[in-house]
Amino acid sequence: MDYSKPVDAALFPEGCQRCSLTRFMAWMGILGVILLWGLYAAVRVLGFGLGETGMDDYFGFGLWITFDLAVIALGAGAFFTGLLRYILNIDELKNIVNLAAVIGFLCYTGAMLILVLDIGQPIRCWFGYWYPNVHSMLTEVIFCITCYCIVLIIEYVPLILENRQLARSRFISALAHNFHLLMPLFAGIGAFLSTFHQGSLGGMYGVLFGRPYLYREGFFIWPWTFFLFILSAISAGPMFTVLVCTIMEKMSGRRLVTWEVKQLMGKIGGTMLLVYTVFKLADTWFWAVDLLPREGLTFDQMFYGWIYGKWLMWTELLCIILPVIFLLKKSTRENPKIFYTMLTLTCISITLNRYLLTVQALAIPVMPFDAWRTYAPNWAEWGACALVMAYAAMVLSLSYRYLPMFPQEARLNENK
Amino acid sequence: MSEVIDFKIRWGMVIDLDKCTGCGACMVACQAENNLAPQVDASNKLRALNWLTVYRLSNGKSFPDHEVAYLPRPCMQCGKPSCVSVCPVVATDKREEGGIVSQIPPRCIGCRYCMASCPYHARYFNWYDPKWPGDLDRTLTPDVSTRPRGVVEKCSFCHHRWMHAKDAAILKGEDPMDLPDGAYITACTEACPNGAITFGDLNNPKHKVYELRQSPHAFRLLERLGTEPQVYYLSKREWVRRQGDNYLEHEATGDNKKV
Repeated sequence: MDYSKPVDAALFPEGCQRCSLTRFMAWMGILGVILLWGLYAAVRVLGFGLGETGMDDYFGFGLWITFDLAVIALGAGAFFTGLLRYILNIDELKNIVNLAAVIGFLCYTGAMLILVLDIGQPIRCWFGYWYPNVHSMLTEVIFCITCYCIVLIIEYVPLILENRQLARSRFISALAHNFHLLMPLFAGIGAFLSTFHQGSLGGMYGVLFGRPYLYREGFFIWPWTFFLFILSAISAGPMFTVLVCTIMEKMSGRRLVTWEVKQLMGKIGGTMLLVYTVFKLADTWFWAVDLLPREGLTFDQMFYGWIYGKWLMWTELLCIILPVIFLLKKSTRENPKIFYTMLTLTCISITLNRYLLTVQALAIPVMPFDAWRTYAPNWAEWGACALVMAYAAMVLSLSYRYLPMFPQEARLNENK
Repeated sequence: MSEVIDFKIRWGMVIDLDKCTGCGACMVACQAENNLAPQVDASNKLRALNWLTVYRLSNGKSFPDHEVAYLPRPCMQCGKPSCVSVCPVVATDKREEGGIVSQIPPRCIGCRYCMASCPYHARYFNWYDPKWPGDLDRTLTPDVSTRPRGVVEKCSFCHHRWMHAKDAAILKGEDPMDLPDGAYITACTEACPNGAITFGDLNNPKHKVYELRQSPHAFRLLERLGTEPQVYYLSKREWVRRQGDNYLEHEATGDNKKV
C-alpha cells in the first residue's frame, strides 16, 4: 500500500490525484454545519407551517420560487449540453457534459426539495398527477420537472457506475456501458421535457392577465414569456456549467477541462444570449408602450423607490447586453477575466429576471387604491436555500472525488 | 387563458359606496359565518384572514376638500377568473350554476399560484393551524368546513346559504333555480346596517341587483383587465368611480366600462 496517497485513493478516478481524506472531511464538515442549519429551518417549516417564513398574502411567492426558477435556469446546461453533445454530435462537449449532467441533477433535485417546503400541503404533492388541470401551466411544470428529474437520475447513474472500484465488476461495467449507449435517447427525452418545462415556467407568469407586470400575449397558447424562459435558460445554463467548473478548478488546484472547451461553451451561450436579448428587448418595449397603456398603466407606475426601482430592470438588461457584445467578439472572449466576468453577469441577469417576475410583480398594487408592499425573506427561507446549496456542494464534492467526471483531467495534470 | 363563463343564474352584489361608512360589520359577520379562526396576532394585516376586506379610499385632497370612501372587497366571483385556469389541481373552479368560484380546501395543495394571479387580493392562505381557544369552537357554523393550515381560502358568497335557500324552496314546492329576491343573501349583506350591500341574481330582472347594476353610477373593479367581476359598486362621486380602475391621464372615467 502506498502511504503517500490518501487512504481512499483506491476509489479515485484513474490517474487523478485528490486532497487528503482529512482535508476533504473538514470541507464536508463545514458544509454539514450549513446543511444542519438549513435542515432546522426545513423542520420548522414542515412542523409549524409556512408562517415560519417571511411570506404573506401579498407575497405568496418569494425567495423560494425565485431560487427555484434561478437554479432551474442555471441547471439548463444539462439538457442543452446533452442535446448538443448527443443529438447534434458536438464531440468536444463530451469533456464537460458529465459535469453539466451532475449540476442539472443537483439543481433540479434541489428545486424539488424547496418546492416540498414551499407548498402548504406537501403530503398532497401527488395531487398534481391525480387531479391535473390541463389548462394550468403549473401542471405542465409539475409533470415535466418530475419526469426530467428521473431522466437526470438516469444520466447521473452511469457516472456513479464508472467509479474505479464499482467498474471492476463485469456486470456493473456492462450496465454502465449500456447506459451510455442509451444516452442519446435520454438526451432527446431530456431536451423535450426540459424545453417545455422551462417554457411553462415562463408561461406561468405570462398567463396572469390580472397582473399587468407579468401578462403577455403570445403565440397560440404560449405567452412570450414561455419562449423567453427557454432562451434565457439555454443561454445561462452552459455559462453556469463553465463557472462551476472554474470554481472547482480553483478549489482543487487542478485543470479539469481545456480552455478551448470553455470557450466553445461561452460561444454557444453567447449566441443563444444574443437571440434572447433581441427578443427580451422587443418584449420589454412592446410591454412598455402597448400592453401597459392598454391596461391604463404607465411604465413608471411599475417601479417604486429603491427597493423596486428601475435600476433593477436596467441592471438586468445591461447584464445581458454586455455579455452578448463581449462573448461574441473573439478577442474579448479569449481574455479570461472578461470571459468569466461576462458569464457571471449573464447568470446575475437571469437570476434577477426571475426575482423581478416573482417578487416585484407581486409588490405592484393593481387596484389604484391599494399600496406598494415590500418583502424580505426571513432566516427560514435563507436557511432552506442554504440547505440546498450545501447539499449540492456535498454531492458535487463527492462526485468530483470519486467519479470520473472529467475525461481530460488526467492528461491536463500529467506534470503535477 | 380562460374565457368568460356564463350561467343562467349569476349571483352578484351591488355595493353602494356612498352608503358604506366603513364600520366593518360585514367583515365581522363574514368571519363568524364562515368559521375564520381568531388570530393570536392580527397586527400583520397581510397575514390576517378576512374573506371580505374594507379598503379606505381617499380623494387625495387636503382639508377642507378631503373626502374618503370605504370599499368592501369580497371575492369578485369573476366571469373570467384568473385563479381557476392556473390552479394545477382543480382546487378552485367555476362550473356550478350561479357562477360562484368554488374553493375546495381538501383538494388545495397550497401552491398559492391562485393568490399570485388574483389582482384583487381576494385569496388568503392559512399560514398557521387555525385555533379556536376555549369554547369558541361552539360558535362554529356547522355548514361551513374549517380549513387546515397550508391551504388557500376565499369568499364563497356564503354558498351554504344558497343550499339552504334551495332546500327551503323545494320544501315549499317552488323552483329552487328561480329563487325570489332576498331568499338567498350573504352574511355581509344581512349584517350591513346601512343596506349598502344588495345581493341577488344579476341575470334576473325580478331581483334588485339587475336594475342597480345598470345604473350610470355603477362600475366594477379593474374592468379593463377583462376579469368580468360579478360584484358591482355604486357611487355618485366621480373620484370614487375613477379609483375602480387604472386610467391614463387623458382617459375619462368609465371609458372601459362593460356593464
